[in-house]
Amino acid sequence: MKKVIMGNHALSYGAMLSRAQVISAYPITPQTQVVELLSEMCADGSLAAEFIKVESEHSAMASCIGASVAGARAFTATSSQGLALMHEMLHWAAGGRHPIVMGNVNRSMAPGWSIWADQNDSLSQRDTGWMQFYCASNQEVVDTVIQAFKVSERLMIPAMVILDAFALSHTYEVVDVPDQALVDKFLPPFKPAIKLTPADPRAFGGLTGSEHYMELRYKLQKDMEKAPALIEETGREYEKLFGRRLELVDAYLCDDAEFLFVTSGTAGYTARVAVDELRKSGVKAGNLRIKVFRPFPFAEIRGILKKVKKAAVVDRNCSYGAGGIFYQEVKSGLYGIAGMPPVLGYIAGLGGRDITVDSFKEVAAHAMARDHADEEIVWIGVKK
Amino acid sequence: MIEIRFHGRGGQGTVVASKILADAIAKEGNWVQAYPEFGVERRGSPVVAFIRIDDKQIFDKSRIYTPDHVVVVDPTLVEAVDVTVGLKPGGTIIINSDRGPDHFPFEGRFKVRTIDATAIAVKHKLGSMAAPIVNTAIVGAVIKILGLTRLDSLTQAIRDGISIKPDDNVKAAEEAFEQA
Repeated sequence: MKKVIMGNHALSYGAMLSRAQVISAYPITPQTQVVELLSEMCADGSLAAEFIKVESEHSAMASCIGASVAGARAFTATSSQGLALMHEMLHWAAGGRHPIVMGNVNRSMAPGWSIWADQNDSLSQRDTGWMQFYCASNQEVVDTVIQAFKVSERLMIPAMVILDAFALSHTYEVVDVPDQALVDKFLPPFKPAIKLTPADPRAFGGLTGSEHYMELRYKLQKDMEKAPALIEETGREYEKLFGRRLELVDAYLCDDAEFLFVTSGTAGYTARVAVDELRKSGVKAGNLRIKVFRPFPFAEIRGILKKVKKAAVVDRNCSYGAGGIFYQEVKSGLYGIAGMPPVLGYIAGLGGRDITVDSFKEVAAHAMARDHADEEIVWIGVKK
Repeated sequence: MIEIRFHGRGGQGTVVASKILADAIAKEGNWVQAYPEFGVERRGSPVVAFIRIDDKQIFDKSRIYTPDHVVVVDPTLVEAVDVTVGLKPGGTIIINSDRGPDHFPFEGRFKVRTIDATAIAVKHKLGSMAAPIVNTAIVGAVIKILGLTRLDSLTQAIRDGISIKPDDNVKAAEEAFEQA
């Protein structure tokens, strides 16, 4: 059924349709409506879940971990400072192999105090062992939550579904809300092989000496390596029922492109408009939107970049002292491989500064005038 | 693609107006994107809301800077803020006012249309006399003047989206549609 809903409610609908059994969340701007609608759904019985009110995001994640280890499908949502407060528990969720799905609304880290979009909050959690899916529309948000549960529970690895503050969280768009019966067909109930139950007593998260710890982490990495194929397979399965799918990258007009934008989040949709306009003026442009950041889709990115003459990675984030984070990752994936094009790195849109079609045209003009990157970071739209 | 900016004051239902309009447009199979000003709003202070409409999927996720049309929900805003910022030449300004279009200083540069949405809202007892809720009336006029949707799509959107006095809100939208 088509509905006009805000991105935050797209997260709520995703959790509801996935029949999440435990919702534990703490409200924070710009995520608040996610929790509001879920609490209403729990109160009116449209979602048969236990809603746990908590005093902090750290406790929200801790109680999701507890629910997950007891065999319940758990969902939470947060943003920015709240995600940072969860940091310790994020490692615990991934290391303990608890397939929690969490919505994160990308909001800049303070100070300066900001409620507007950039990706430094979620990218700061890069090494916690969570999968990260970046969305560009409210439709993708609801679809991704449902598919994320399936992938997460197959791999026993938690997943973050990530959307830009305001540009998605508070923006109303037309969303084809999936039919519950079809979602039930796609996503069976969560039945972990082992769980915390008095009927079969076990201990979880105990002291792990150096003779075992490394093997646990080896398995986490090995299972992450299975994720790209599983994400694509899950996406195809979803597509058969709903006509849309999760995929590692969204390659727009990349086949015959000579110049590529490499993007993520909502900027990755705006970039398409810039590509259309550049093509009208005779530039064979394309846009490679990275939808999955962890696991990083090295093979797909290599396969597409090897066909182009130049690529410009546009980051809405910065690893201070290094540069754009997607830029660093893309470059690392190309290192030592013959035939790869020059890749330039741009930073735009921090703290919610708008990334417009003109921003992308500025990137294109700068990149096409150079044979190689002559600086590590090119700043777009900054007052120097 | 059509881009519209709404000017109102916090508490008047300006954001709800853009949401109801978005619902009505989606009912006819078109694509729509509606968003409030990115940030915080306070009751009584000037607020803006935006809407993009197209017959195909909308990929531009940047903000609207050069709207085709402007809707002024509160006429006092005409003096408080420049409602024409970025408005495309020849664009339409729809103002909630009991005065005629020639009362406003935009004639010649832009098309001006007025609708007395406040009187309609008061008549149907929407909000209070001091603070009438004019959003359904103004949207009734907007869809007629700009030819955006059929009236029945809007009335259905109002019934789906407004739980307080849906019948009176529908009547207000219908009356504004007739008057516009």
